[in-house]
Amino acid sequence: MPISEQSVRHLAHLARLDLSDAEIASHAHDLDAIVGYMEQLTAIDTTGIEPVANVAGLVNVVRADTPTTLLPTADALGNAPQKSDSAFLVPKVVER
Amino acid sequence: MSRETALQIAAAVNAGRSARVAVEAALLACEGDQLNAVIRIHRERALAAAAAVDARIAAGERMPLAGVPLAVKDNICISGLPATACSRMLAGFVAPYTATAVARLEAAGCVVVAQTNMDEFAFGSSNETSCYGPARNPADPTRVPGGSSGGSAAVVAAGYVPVSLGSDTGGSIRQPASLCGCVGLKPTYGRVSRYGLIAYGSSLDQIGPFAADADDAQAVLAVMAGVDPLDSTSAAQPYVAPDAGDALRGARIGWVEAHADGLQAEVRSALDATKARLQAAGATLVPVTLPHERFAVSAYYIIGTGEASSNLSRMDGIRFGHRAEASDLRQIYGKSRAEGFGAEAKRRIMLGTYVLSTGYYDAYYKKAQQVRRLICQDYENAFASCDAILGPVSPTTAFTLGEKLSDPLQMYLSDIFTIATNLAGVPGISMPVARDGQGLPIGMQLQGPMFSDARLLAMARALG
Repeated sequence: MPISEQSVRHLAHLARLDLSDAEIASHAHDLDAIVGYMEQLTAIDTTGIEPVANVAGLVNVVRADTPTTLLPTADALGNAPQKSDSAFLVPKVVER
Repeated sequence: MSRETALQIAAAVNAGRSARVAVEAALLACEGDQLNAVIRIHRERALAAAAAVDARIAAGERMPLAGVPLAVKDNICISGLPATACSRMLAGFVAPYTATAVARLEAAGCVVVAQTNMDEFAFGSSNETSCYGPARNPADPTRVPGGSSGGSAAVVAAGYVPVSLGSDTGGSIRQPASLCGCVGLKPTYGRVSRYGLIAYGSSLDQIGPFAADADDAQAVLAVMAGVDPLDSTSAAQPYVAPDAGDALRGARIGWVEAHADGLQAEVRSALDATKARLQAAGATLVPVTLPHERFAVSAYYIIGTGEASSNLSRMDGIRFGHRAEASDLRQIYGKSRAEGFGAEAKRRIMLGTYVLSTGYYDAYYKKAQQVRRLICQDYENAFASCDAILGPVSPTTAFTLGEKLSDPLQMYLSDIFTIATNLAGVPGISMPVARDGQGLPIGMQLQGPMFSDARLLAMARALG
């Protein structure tokens, strides 16, 4: 099933990418070709095969719950496009 | 290549020669870069670090990499220096902390002289997606150095520095090492801490070294390796350096018949010649199969882009990175990301969003994770009868700039021999073995079982 421009627009919304009409068209074309190639996986019988999320087989790696200062607030804010002394600033999101 | 190896420089500096000598030479070489391999040079910081190494030596300290100049890929953070992953999205970003790998190397005497060009967020196999423009291959500047760690491969192959760092998610160290003609190691997943590496595919990424020879690569890995409380996926298993014995005599080297298909003729003859050299060195060749390897590109571009789309969601214009002019939050996200990301980053975010989205997750993402299990099992089965697997790194030598840029699928398929390694988590090393008729380097790869990094390096050393 070819990937429509409408579904590409939906993906762009999910990905928070404001793409131009030209970009939507070119992504529809590229995704179609790439996903078409990936259809080869449907030929493999994976019944009962456990999916791999990480190859190290790690489960719930925990550390001691002791407070440390890895990144002081001022450093964490150092690259913020807009900030106050202690916070990242964004336009107002709640109307009174 | 660098006139002195990293180990020669360290020996000289530990014996009393000023660290400044090699550091100054590396700085001058980087300043004369004609390949666009170097994107930032840190002369003052490097000379201060060299002086600090000299002071430690004068105080009686000895360091495994004393005074060794190091270049670092632009997706590995160094406190106080820019780190952009060669993306406009991170223009002006200054790292607030240092990657564990770099911190350990600096503690061991390494001196960072420069940061290197790369594909944007490591998305590419040619270094052409960089916002700084492409790096070029030292063997032929009309050709790509490979990617995504193209700059780090080029600076070692061109001899600016003896060693550099890259990252490898699907071949991004081994393929440029092969195309430029130096040694490149993708360590076992978990062998080196990923703390401070700008994440692409978190279950696949590893930091690793480029070097002129296997001994230098080993020296760098030995310092970086080991558990790190700041990366919960780093392995507790201690790194043990290889012994001095002959790593090839009596070794069983696997080879896969299907690997010979579709290779450039000279790459194929280099593969045959390497097999003959391994036999002459006392190794036994064992035919093995990796039946699901041909599905690796598909599984990788599902899992890798899924993880990438998730990792890159943090680039939202709020806490760091590019922020577009907009009056509401939704527009800040959408416009900042549309302006900041390049075409390939957008393509991978879109693909990753697609395979993770409702209705497609089971068909693509879960399916790819199941195929990943089959690929892991292929390697386990193969390593039951051999100690390492020999194969090509890239089907061709370095291609020309622009040759594959317009066809993303063709670019993805150029990673066909390196991708399964990352899916399985096993280590792989690319070693220069020959040149083609145009003088372009040809690399061969050895892959080994989990945590066989030291043995692979010893085999690569024995192969010379």
